[in-house]
Amino acid sequence: MEEEYAGGVEKKFIYINRRAPHGTVYPLESLETVLIGAAFDQDVSMLFIDDGVYQLKKDQSTESIEFKNFAKAFRALEMYDVEKLFVEAESLQERGLVEDDLLVDVEVIARAKVSELIDQQDVVLSF
Amino acid sequence: MSTLNIVNKSPFEKRTLDQCLSRIAAGDAVLLIEDAVVVAAAGTSYETELKSASASHKLYVLSPDLEARGLAERSLVDGFSCVDYKGFVALVTEHDRVHSWL
Amino acid sequence: MSNSIEVNGKTLATDEEGYLENLADWEPGVAEVMAEIDDCELSDNHWEVINFLREYYEEYQIAPAVRVLTKAIGKKLGKEYGNGKYLYELYPYGPAKQACKYAGLPKPTGCV
Repeated sequence: MEEEYAGGVEKKFIYINRRAPHGTVYPLESLETVLIGAAFDQDVSMLFIDDGVYQLKKDQSTESIEFKNFAKAFRALEMYDVEKLFVEAESLQERGLVEDDLLVDVEVIARAKVSELIDQQDVVLSF
Repeated sequence: MSTLNIVNKSPFEKRTLDQCLSRIAAGDAVLLIEDAVVVAAAGTSYETELKSASASHKLYVLSPDLEARGLAERSLVDGFSCVDYKGFVALVTEHDRVHSWL
Repeated sequence: MSNSIEVNGKTLATDEEGYLENLADWEPGVAEVMAEIDDCELSDNHWEVINFLREYYEEYQIAPAVRVLTKAIGKKLGKEYGNGKYLYELYPYGPAKQACKYAGLPKPTGCV
């Protein structure tokens, strides 16, 4: 393991986000893990499915519920070289959302393509 | 290349199992642990769905969790195999990756 | 409250490492008091980094990782400043840690 790391082996990580943003701590934990992981120069993708698509909804304002508005941090991901953000089309559709409702540029993929995306990864982390 | 998908929530409470089954690839395995094991027992309203899933996926259930819930003596839905903790570890090593649907 | 600092007659809560508990408590005096504790005199160059960090946090709600900070400072002030050396000279305890502390930000994510 250590030898591999010294050799600079790059692994493919995908972070799958399935929960709406402010009801549980999972989404924030996921984002923090991505930001920490970004320091290790790995190949990182993020996928938003089910209620996870709400994490990328524009115009979130958390002042009244007194929570951290971490949605703003998604706009910083580019600076961390995390540029592959995928969103499942059906999940958007089921929730009456369209790509234009999202606060960052994403690639929208069909549910049928999700398993293909996961098949390309070395490590899958689901939140 | 195949994935071991692990589900730990009862479908009577959370939709995780459906969310998983609707997205996994043919040939992927699904392992039910913790509260998810309840639907591995025959006679629930999920039996039909799981039977049809077993046509394209290998289905496993963690026996210690079945035992803990008093379901070890029930017959399982066709297509399920029981694994113990050792079997769990073996499944992890036999697959290319693990996707834990927390 | 076990940890705190005194700034302009006010007692502000900090964690055990000296980071402000409440972002909203920050005022320039906080940075000055914290720098004094570290025996550090704040120059305009120090303030540039502190102000940058506060703006970055306001915009993205996270404290930037060191390499992101370095890149951004380089972009703002010119290439010759966009390296670890410049920032470490200003903030020998680590630019992210020390400067974030003075800026009233939480400890940066991914910083051990």
